[in-house]
Amino acid sequence: MADFLQLLVAGLATGAIYALAAIGFTLLWQTSQTINFAQGEFVMLPAFLALIAMNLGAPFPLAALIAILGAMVILGLTFKLAIVDPLIKSGPLPLVISTIGVGLLLKDGVKEFYSAEAQPFPKVFPETPFSLGGANFTYAQIAVLGVALAVIMALNWFLAGTRTGRQMQASAQNPTVARILGINVNRMIFYTFLINAILAAVASLLIAPSQFAKFSQGEQLGLAAFVAAIVGGFNQVRGAIVGGLVVGVADNFAPTLLSAAGLSSAYRQALPLFLLVLIILFRPQGLVGRKEERAI
Amino acid sequence: MTMKTLGSVLLTAILAVLILAPADLTGLGLPWGGFRRSDIDVLTLWLITAIAAMGVNLIVGYAGQETLAQAAFLGIGAYLTALMTKAGYPFVAAFLASGLLSFVVGILLGFPALRVQKHYLAFVTLAFTVFAWLVFRNEEWLTGGVTGIQNIPRPTLFGFRSKPALVYYWFALAMTVALALVMAWILRSPWGRAFTALRENAIRAESLGVDVRTYTLLAFAIGSAYGGLAGALYAPFVEFIDPSPFALGPSLLFLLMVVVGGMGTQAGPFIGAAVAVLLQNRLEILQSSNPAFAHLSYLLVYAILVMVLMAFCPTGIVGLWQRITAPRRRPHADDKGPILGQVKS
Repeated sequence: MADFLQLLVAGLATGAIYALAAIGFTLLWQTSQTINFAQGEFVMLPAFLALIAMNLGAPFPLAALIAILGAMVILGLTFKLAIVDPLIKSGPLPLVISTIGVGLLLKDGVKEFYSAEAQPFPKVFPETPFSLGGANFTYAQIAVLGVALAVIMALNWFLAGTRTGRQMQASAQNPTVARILGINVNRMIFYTFLINAILAAVASLLIAPSQFAKFSQGEQLGLAAFVAAIVGGFNQVRGAIVGGLVVGVADNFAPTLLSAAGLSSAYRQALPLFLLVLIILFRPQGLVGRKEERAI
Repeated sequence: MTMKTLGSVLLTAILAVLILAPADLTGLGLPWGGFRRSDIDVLTLWLITAIAAMGVNLIVGYAGQETLAQAAFLGIGAYLTALMTKAGYPFVAAFLASGLLSFVVGILLGFPALRVQKHYLAFVTLAFTVFAWLVFRNEEWLTGGVTGIQNIPRPTLFGFRSKPALVYYWFALAMTVALALVMAWILRSPWGRAFTALRENAIRAESLGVDVRTYTLLAFAIGSAYGGLAGALYAPFVEFIDPSPFALGPSLLFLLMVVVGGMGTQAGPFIGAAVAVLLQNRLEILQSSNPAFAHLSYLLVYAILVMVLMAFCPTGIVGLWQRITAPRRRPHADDKGPILGQVKS
């Protein structure tokens, strides 16, 4: 039981980070039908922005702020203006291809111009363990979980409780009607890109201390975010939250499950595939998603 | 001369150049020494890449789906061929088995994915590529793990040993032409025309009696089989395989090269593969010979090329070519212009 609790909390901590990435992914899809295949690289990059700032002598809080602002400029503003806007009219496939290009560019850019090695990242929260009911946790886990949940709650409040947030939701649900009602849909889409950049940056800063920062990290993070979004339900923000937590928990239980099934723990990375296939076979609309009617 | 005969004359000429150019023709009294071995190998790699890209083109350009698993299918074909030929089976059996296995895996993978909406196949194939790579890397008893499989024999066909680079190139060329003809036949048959109908307007095609799901599934499976067949040619070509060419990165590149070349056209995969293979080869030579270009990595250049091309010409190089040549060949009214009586927005 203590082991179970321990793995569960560790899984929720990772899962909350995946959820951040998955929410951004879902938001982009909802408001602009952008499938961002570079989402994993979006989560990889901000940690390097923070590292660059720290190499220039910035203390960690300032570096974190620079990483978030840098992400908003590069992954929000520039991505929207240079990649998405010129392509949105030529259908979904060229945009998908271009986001794959963006992913390659970010990945190889970091590899060529920063380093191909995994970079240690400062431990923001103490890794000291504490014991509760026989199970061992670290303060870092609890802090990561807390920060991620706080960000998610702030986002929820923004989307549901502010005028701008509601306008964004309206723009996502029915852009035509939103436009008729006087909402600047384009600006709302732009806000979505900024929010996605912030979420990616927070996820990046939370995951970097425990996993190091590496140029190739995006592959695994991106896969986790895609699967989280689909498992939860592609069209729902809360789906992405549930999906992220499920993927994170499953990821942490994977070694135990795999060894029980007599398989090598090297297959841990394959777990998203099984989750994905199970969901697609038995509940294609996702755990908490709605069925989408086909619009002719 | 009609366009059609002009086209076939051009194709024959290209084919003749492809057959003769790499060979040493001084024996025939011609002042042409042929290509260096390394350049012949680049050509062979281009052909093998083009076969896999033809498969991606069927899936993306005709059936309108996205596949991110072509390198994994290449891997399935390469490993199966390596294992079978090393166990003493003839190459032809290994080649056919590679195509068949990829086809079956394609059906198993596509069936659940295509039940749902668009883009799900992309995610399922993405996950599958990761899984296939893990199997190639971890099942050491079968695949040799990271050390891979060595000394894969090049086949002997009709008494000819294909060990020399030039002979293997000719062999790959013959297979490429055969597979391109099969693809052209598929696309021209009534059955293949349904693919085009699907891509142009899926709902209309469905209402005319085309079973969208079955056709899309078959397109995916056939396209994947082309990946397996390309893999079967790849293993004896490199004579040594390990998991790295079959990872997610190369799978993404296959998708990109088809779009770069021009998806939904039969020349597209060949042009896209040529750009990808040549760019990598030339940049690697440039990088190693000139330290000023040390950071000019292939992926970096390629990624920028893809993004620029998508922004200015999403129909790829073939589309770019058509855009340049079309107005001169047959002048016509601007089809994007307003129709009479329609207000230009």
